[in-house]
Amino acid sequence: MSGLNDLYQEILLEHNSKPRNFRVVEPHTHYKEGFNPLCGDRILLYMDVKDDVVVDIGFQGSGCAISRASTSMLTETIMGQKIEDINQVFEEVHKMLTEPGAELDVNLLGDLEMLSGVTDFPVRIKCAMLSWHTLKSLIDNSSEPVSTE
Amino acid sequence: MSQQHIKEYVGDKSVEEIRKDFPILSQKVNGKPLVYLDNGATTQKPLTVINAISDYYKEYNSNIHRGVHALSQFATDKYEESRGKVRAFINAGAEEEIIFVRGTTEAINLVAESYGRSNLSSGDDVIISTMEHHSNIVPWQMICDNTGATLKVIPIDDNGVLMLDEYERMLSSNTKIVSIVHQSNTLGTINPVKMMTEMAHDKGAVVLVDGAQSAPHLAVDVQEIGCDFFAFSGHKVCGPTGVGILYGKKDILENMKPYQGGGDMIRSVSFEHTSYNDLPYKFEAGTPNIAGGIGLGVALDYLVSLGMSNIAAYEKELLLYARQQLTGMSGLRIIGNAEQFGGVVSFVMESAHPHDIGTILDTEGVAIRTGHHCTQPLMDRFDIPATARASVSFYNTKSDIDALIVAVDRVSELFG
Repeated sequence: MSGLNDLYQEILLEHNSKPRNFRVVEPHTHYKEGFNPLCGDRILLYMDVKDDVVVDIGFQGSGCAISRASTSMLTETIMGQKIEDINQVFEEVHKMLTEPGAELDVNLLGDLEMLSGVTDFPVRIKCAMLSWHTLKSLIDNSSEPVSTE
Repeated sequence: MSQQHIKEYVGDKSVEEIRKDFPILSQKVNGKPLVYLDNGATTQKPLTVINAISDYYKEYNSNIHRGVHALSQFATDKYEESRGKVRAFINAGAEEEIIFVRGTTEAINLVAESYGRSNLSSGDDVIISTMEHHSNIVPWQMICDNTGATLKVIPIDDNGVLMLDEYERMLSSNTKIVSIVHQSNTLGTINPVKMMTEMAHDKGAVVLVDGAQSAPHLAVDVQEIGCDFFAFSGHKVCGPTGVGILYGKKDILENMKPYQGGGDMIRSVSFEHTSYNDLPYKFEAGTPNIAGGIGLGVALDYLVSLGMSNIAAYEKELLLYARQQLTGMSGLRIIGNAEQFGGVVSFVMESAHPHDIGTILDTEGVAIRTGHHCTQPLMDRFDIPATARASVSFYNTKSDIDALIVAVDRVSELFG
């Protein structure tokens, strides 16, 4: 049962019930939809970038607590970041969720470390990763909607 | 919540005894006794079915319909005996009307591709409903795209009941095919397929009934319904995966073109001309799922021994109990409140998304299905992304329902 409490930590539940930056960003320079066709989770990610810096970021959509909290934390982390630094954060989150036991840069992760409990629930990892894949595709400028399947 | 229930029976067999026939049910999951409430996705298999499959491979594995040797003859007899059991199970008029396929999905695709392609053209209508499974939507969309026919959709009301007045208005001499689910996999609604078939026949349309969720739960009589096609899956009636049934009326099947070409479906082949085999083999190209077909027959034996009307009565009691318990919970809403229902109870919670409900229930050993249940248009109709769905079988007990309720309580505790 400890696994369940590790998964649904208070901070995560708080992000789920009061997601940060849950809004459309207008105007925006970047927009991307992420979709998990098997479970129906849908994330719409908006970003406004000026001089290679994320000056605003927001999201809409519906999904489970894991995907919602993960996206909420993503927006807090990415707000104000330089575009060139985003990939490093993505790689660190990816490592945390897909390589249990790997050494992590906790300074880089901050609150995102709260997502690590997901690793005990393999079928839910894609819930946590959906918005991150969406972000990566958004900065890579891919035109296809993101799917985690 | 750990109340004592009186001993439960399906007909004259106790559920305690029934559960002993299903080896998988006695295990623990996440340290808790398994409470399997995902029967709408697939049912568990009794030992007789598991043994029948293993016996085939251990004792008489061989190809059917062609060998002159003893094993082939024996396997053929067992496979064809199974066809007879299927005929009896749905009360079809003849064994030639029973076609072995991979499952309900393939059965519907077969009808769409074979009957649909030859009989649909621009200006014709195909009617389905809002509560269809994707497998009874997409094949029709594909064939409508190919033929220029129009797909029409019967709406439903807020309780999840088909609006039959709309259906009546939709029907016309242009209607060529009506394909309708017998029992909804998401809502549990049982549709009045007999009446709907009569209404369609009055306009000259043929009717397919998707029985994937009805065949496991209620006594099906295709002649009583009057439908032209009926489809169901083996693995949802305690049989193996990879085998299912298409029933079709003989005169209609005889006029249909084969769905796939190959061995077994031919009478003679030359490079100039091929003549097709008789029913049902015309629609059974290639070596079939022999073990699966035999296993399906044994699964139906098991259901028949309990009695489909006994199963229906017992499951109804379980579902009423579940609905009653869930109805009292704050912040929880049941999706689908038809008067005629069976199989499932779907719900959403204000505080928790269905996937979170599913994960928390799993840690309590309770297996349910969460998601859109391959009915995305239905989710859109209710303006929800997904539901949590508990689906019962005759081997479930009221204690299983109690465990579900305790686990749902745990969701409320965590998510407030």
